[in-house]
Amino acid sequence: MNAIEQAIAPKARLRLISGNHACALGAVAAGCRFFAGYPITPSSEVAERLARLLPQVDGVFVQMEDEIASIAAVIGASMGGVKALTATSGPGFSLKQENIGYAAGAEIPCVIVNVMRGGPSTGMPTRPAQGDIMQSRWGSHGDYPMIVLAPASVREIYDETIRAFALAETLRTPVVVLYDQVIAQLTETVDLGDTEDLARTERKWASGSRADYQPYATGADAIPAMSRPGAGYRVHTTGLNHAENGFPTQHPEVVARNLGRLLTKFEKHRDAIDSWQTIACDDAEVLIVAIGISARAATRAVELCRARGVRAGLFRPITLWPFPETALREAAARVRAVLVPEMNAGQMSLEVERILGGKRVDAIHRYNGEPITPAEIAERAESLAKAVVAKGKSK
Amino acid sequence: MIVDSAPSFDIREYLRLEMMPHFLCPGCGHGIALRALLWAIHELGIDKDKLAVVSGIGCAGRLSAYIDANTFHVTHGRPLAYATGLALARPDLHVVVITGDGDCLAIGGNHLIHACRRNLKLTCLMLNNEIYGMTGGQVSPTTSETMLTSTTPLGNAEPNFDACALAAAAGASFVGREGTRHVPKLKELIRAGLEHPGFAFVEVLSDCTEIFGRKNELGSSAEMVLRQKSELRPSAYRDTVDTPFRSNEMPTGILTKTERPEYGAAYRKAAAAQRAGKAAANKGGA
Repeated sequence: MNAIEQAIAPKARLRLISGNHACALGAVAAGCRFFAGYPITPSSEVAERLARLLPQVDGVFVQMEDEIASIAAVIGASMGGVKALTATSGPGFSLKQENIGYAAGAEIPCVIVNVMRGGPSTGMPTRPAQGDIMQSRWGSHGDYPMIVLAPASVREIYDETIRAFALAETLRTPVVVLYDQVIAQLTETVDLGDTEDLARTERKWASGSRADYQPYATGADAIPAMSRPGAGYRVHTTGLNHAENGFPTQHPEVVARNLGRLLTKFEKHRDAIDSWQTIACDDAEVLIVAIGISARAATRAVELCRARGVRAGLFRPITLWPFPETALREAAARVRAVLVPEMNAGQMSLEVERILGGKRVDAIHRYNGEPITPAEIAERAESLAKAVVAKGKSK
Repeated sequence: MIVDSAPSFDIREYLRLEMMPHFLCPGCGHGIALRALLWAIHELGIDKDKLAVVSGIGCAGRLSAYIDANTFHVTHGRPLAYATGLALARPDLHVVVITGDGDCLAIGGNHLIHACRRNLKLTCLMLNNEIYGMTGGQVSPTTSETMLTSTTPLGNAEPNFDACALAAAAGASFVGREGTRHVPKLKELIRAGLEHPGFAFVEVLSDCTEIFGRKNELGSSAEMVLRQKSELRPSAYRDTVDTPFRSNEMPTGILTKTERPEYGAAYRKAAAAQRAGKAAANKGGA
């Protein structure tokens, strides 16, 4: 036991753990009982923790032969009715995309953790990046809905992993938990004591007679009830475009109706899906929009700006996709300019520009493996504030 | 003796009749293989509610939709990986994989060798018709040498896989091969595979008459079936029968059968032992 652990030992609820460790604990707390994965830096600790944890709760851990097999096994386990997780990083996330599309299209709940590292290709395995923001939403082919959660602290990884399972199960969808290498391997003291009684969210299961059951027919909630193998429904599941009865179809009206329902099925559930944090937005003249480690630097940058008399605020999407655009519009309603610091060559800034059409959106784009510092963000926010004020005066 | 159960076997009890007519070409062997599978399932009395059939992409992959069971038509090459998750999560289900030679040996080859090695209880039925039929007749890993396909207009110059030798080399505890030429024998082989307490790999020689047969002037479907024993699928590697390429004479029947610990049961046993050990330690400690 080291000095820190000794210091916190009397406070039994406190734990000193990494982000990846918190993810594994969150998964078990959410009722996850199946993990399939493949070793990849910097996400392997999620697998290593669950290799120990899952057998203790009568769950199953399996290391598969590759990344594709891992997501396939996870979807297979979920088809069997068991909450399932896989964790990976950039190259593995790319390999999983086809089957993530299958899970989205066939509406099989599952959770995929993607720890972002430098890219493209093998990139910088031990360095942070935020280059998978667009891929996490659009990585698979064709049109499909997707939920992506972007925690920014160890404790938030725990909470958002639990929420990922709740959303995946209730909305019958894959959910990506997206965080960067810094948050993944950062070690923080967290209090998990107040989460022990968290209600586990269960899937919407089919009930009633087999004759009346249509696997993809829905009520007003747009979410179809799933049948558990063995319960007597004996349905067909396919990645082909399918009708309400689950069987393949190419009938234009039937495809349009069913795919249309799939693509809009989150609309009535945005209250449960959307999540964001705002800091000092009420009187802000410059709004910083950031996620993950960049948001943590931006939080400090807001303080630095305020100390210098620059009214900066922070909007941090916790649900990254679907982007909480209504909340962003509200937070940005009175600001004069927006700054998006992100560890890529320009991804979230595009979405922010789209949502805030016409508003000045500047960005700090960093892709050298070094996190963006609070001082850099504060400096840019300050110069941006001065520029828009000067522009306002010159009019 | 071997056809004893035939009178009680009504295939319609195991089919989704609303899916008929099926989409297989006239003369295709896949329907015969499907019948043999369902016959074996009938003989074993497997509950349809507890039967899960996972299939990949291609002509073979489409068969799952016709079976009145829990059926999963998944992505190309990955049915074994999906089935691994399903069987590990739900050991109460009887999981059968239906795959083709391209699905299983090309895009899904990695999953096959590791499924053989892992020895999870699964029955993998690989329907080998030597061709990518669904996509119009391209060369596959089992296309015999010199054969014409839409992507080998000069004749196939690649040696073909002996899928059974590959599965056995990868550690499969049950390996067998039979052709659609002898349905009762095929049923017996599939039945033995279904009963095997581990990973069972069953290769079914099935003919693609419309595309492969026509392209190579192999005659009618009846003539193709008659060739299944030895005339078809020649190989330049016939002198090296120990390599994972086809010899001219293809052995049929059960080729490998060994007893090895089943992966799912072994995992759960170890986990239960650890939990029991911890519980005992906690009791002692208290």
